[in-house]
Amino acid sequence: MSSKQVSAQAEGSSVFCEFVKPLDSHTAEVEAVRCYFCYDAPCVRACPTQINIPSFIKRISQGNIRGAATEILDANIMGGTCARVCPVEILCQASCVRTKDDDNAVEIGLLQRFATEEFFKTGEQPFKREPSVGKKVAVVGAGPAGLSCAHRLATLGYDVEIFESRAKSGGLNEYGLAPYKVTTESVQKEVDFILKVGGIKIHHGKSLGKDFTLDSLRKDFAAVFLGMGLSGVNALGVAGEELPGVFDAIKTIEKIRQGEKLVIGSDVVVVGGGNTAVDMAIQMKRLGALSVTLAYRRGTEQMGATVHEQELALKSGVHIRTWAKPVKICAEAGKVCCMEFEGTELNSAGKLVGTGKSFTLKANQIYKAIGQTLLPSTWGDPKTLPEVANGKIKVNAEFETSLAGVYAGGDCIAEGEDLTVTSVQQGKLAALAIHKKGDPRRG
Amino acid sequence: MADLSCNFAGIKSPNPFWLASAPPTDKKYNVERAFQAGWGGVVWKTLGEDPHVVNVSSRYGAIDYNGQRMAGFNNIELITDRPLEVNLQEIKEVKLAWPDRAVIVSLMVPCNEESWKKILKRVEETGADGVELNFGCPHGMSERGMGAAVGQVPEYVEMVTRWCKAHTRMPVLVKLTPNISDIRVPARAAKAGGCDGIALINTINSITAVDLDVMAPHPTVDGKGTHGGYCGPAVKPIALNMVAEIGRDPATAGVPISGIGGISTWKDAAEFIALGSTSVQVCTAVMNHGFRVVTDMINGLDNWMDSKGYHNLEAFRGAAIKNVRNWNELNLNFKTLAKIDQDKCIECGLCYIVCEDTSHQAISATKLAGAVRPLSKTGNLYSMKYEVIDKECVGCNLCSLVCPVKCIAMVPQETGNPYLPWTKHPNNPMRG
Repeated sequence: MSSKQVSAQAEGSSVFCEFVKPLDSHTAEVEAVRCYFCYDAPCVRACPTQINIPSFIKRISQGNIRGAATEILDANIMGGTCARVCPVEILCQASCVRTKDDDNAVEIGLLQRFATEEFFKTGEQPFKREPSVGKKVAVVGAGPAGLSCAHRLATLGYDVEIFESRAKSGGLNEYGLAPYKVTTESVQKEVDFILKVGGIKIHHGKSLGKDFTLDSLRKDFAAVFLGMGLSGVNALGVAGEELPGVFDAIKTIEKIRQGEKLVIGSDVVVVGGGNTAVDMAIQMKRLGALSVTLAYRRGTEQMGATVHEQELALKSGVHIRTWAKPVKICAEAGKVCCMEFEGTELNSAGKLVGTGKSFTLKANQIYKAIGQTLLPSTWGDPKTLPEVANGKIKVNAEFETSLAGVYAGGDCIAEGEDLTVTSVQQGKLAALAIHKKGDPRRG
Repeated sequence: MADLSCNFAGIKSPNPFWLASAPPTDKKYNVERAFQAGWGGVVWKTLGEDPHVVNVSSRYGAIDYNGQRMAGFNNIELITDRPLEVNLQEIKEVKLAWPDRAVIVSLMVPCNEESWKKILKRVEETGADGVELNFGCPHGMSERGMGAAVGQVPEYVEMVTRWCKAHTRMPVLVKLTPNISDIRVPARAAKAGGCDGIALINTINSITAVDLDVMAPHPTVDGKGTHGGYCGPAVKPIALNMVAEIGRDPATAGVPISGIGGISTWKDAAEFIALGSTSVQVCTAVMNHGFRVVTDMINGLDNWMDSKGYHNLEAFRGAAIKNVRNWNELNLNFKTLAKIDQDKCIECGLCYIVCEDTSHQAISATKLAGAVRPLSKTGNLYSMKYEVIDKECVGCNLCSLVCPVKCIAMVPQETGNPYLPWTKHPNNPMRG
């Protein structure tokens, strides 16, 4: 059994570079003309941010990159990151009429990436702020939801202050996505671009409940937007979970992203079925783990990771073990040596049950990727907090919480899927709702 | 295997595919490569008097359309820029080496009888099969009183044709310019001058593009540009019409035609022949893909003729002319309706929006409730059903033309009504 220590920064680009090759101006043009320019296009209906996809693609084919990029960014200020991390194969590209024609969707994600990347090279700022409305809004969390909300408010003439507990902005884009999907450099470039519009101040290292209270924000600001995501990590609830060699996947990805030194196990087991689990498994394989097994308690169809992600994992050499429920983690000389699972199946009522048959996977490292949770207990006096239901902040159709003037969006609310693109959209819609309700010019 | 051989006013070639007078036929090297590839004949790039012309650098421009390169092509090149003697020597060598192929020499000299007489004698000595009078070149030469400057004046066309017929035993083809309002007039003039055949169309006067950085036409020569000659697939419809006009004009019917204009495939060639062409001439297609394209043209024409039972080109030459009519002869009681094949429809909505915005609001769009696309987890999804509203459909074809998957057919309807042209229609105050 061997382990090796690697530094994410020292390892060079091949392990951490983005997987997918971008289009150049010629290949983008060739791909763009494949778009039929549908009327009432299904891809637009499938996009959580409703980007006018046929329009931006047409603009690419006409050499109007600036117009294409602004069309994208106006609907989705994180169109650059989303072009890389969106599960296009279940969203826009799944709906592309080309899939019914030659079974080959237009590469919307790659085209969006091309347009935004080319535009960012110009360093131009296409957004202008409207005259000041003389109001300040506080945003908690500088992730996709918070930044999106802040940007839209800033363009509408608000002054925005963001309170972010971490040292960098970007949220899960910066801390939670595997680097083969999106690099720190591109995330920070995007953050800089968002801030360049003006009127947004970010306070780093400020946590809700520790450095400030919601009450204080409500006092000092006209409105508050909560976009803090999910900071807790779900536990497996099995024996041996506390052993050295058992890690939280999301925290490990954060370390990789921030260039910290890591010990890479020879036999790695990743528990979970979502995109974080897949990211983790692929990243460990690329970092040199000899064997990586992704264990999930249900079948591939129920996995949160898309078929495309699963294929990527298989192609990277990850074993996928489905219908496997964690039983316990075993140790040898105080260190993890293997993990025991019980087989599962659906009973006649469709309920997941154990089969009684167990099996063991050799492991000197185990990564838990079974979801994150909200930690409202750390936010201060419960009486001052918005209502939480089923582990998420409750909001109405306007993204307003149970507290007047306090809005929320992103992973900390139940609505939508836990996708970057969904968070961006919710931040944007919350900003519009804040504006609609509180625009002093409306009288 | 159909017989593709071609006899154009006594000029014989193993197939009707000739290379038009243009850069690909400027010298022996190219022409021999063309013959090796299978071309039935060439019209040698236009010869003029010495001293030879000088050409500019930066000569061609093109129109790209949705990724298709060279959908339209343009040039500002003049006639051959090599000494007359060199060309004549090479023509002689080529004809000697390739006796079964047609070698026709394009000519353009100043508009006086002596000039034409002189050059015709020299060409005759090469053993070439015929000459083609270039009355069409729209740029450069026309400013010097040649090319289109002759072709646009029917009296000159007739006069020069007459001179040439008087001074050579070779068949004389007259190449017409399309830069004129009624092509029949110069065609009649060519016939009156005694021509053996007509070749058309030459290139169309054009500016293909403006370079918006230098603010000058493209191709740009040191910051300036000039109008050039437009050709390629984009001009085919214009050429077909002009060929048809000459073919159905009683004054010129029966004059052999060498059809030119955007011919890229066997099908294009068959269309020109169906409208009366005896041979066809090609240029842009080889300048886009090389001489090898002739193999597929020959193969395609051969297979199609076999499938139709046409044993030789004469079997269908001109077969479509009788169906080219004036508008007022078309049957106003004819009715055709669009029909969408729902199994093939991909729901792009193009038929709907073009009919709704620009035509007759004859296609309905219905959201199919509850239908959700597979794979997608997001809401806001529905399927669409597009259907033709028969009573609103005028049978214009637009929807079937825009459909990217060709799932809309135009279906002729049985109306039981008799043939009714405009000449007899009750709405026509002038009806007979």
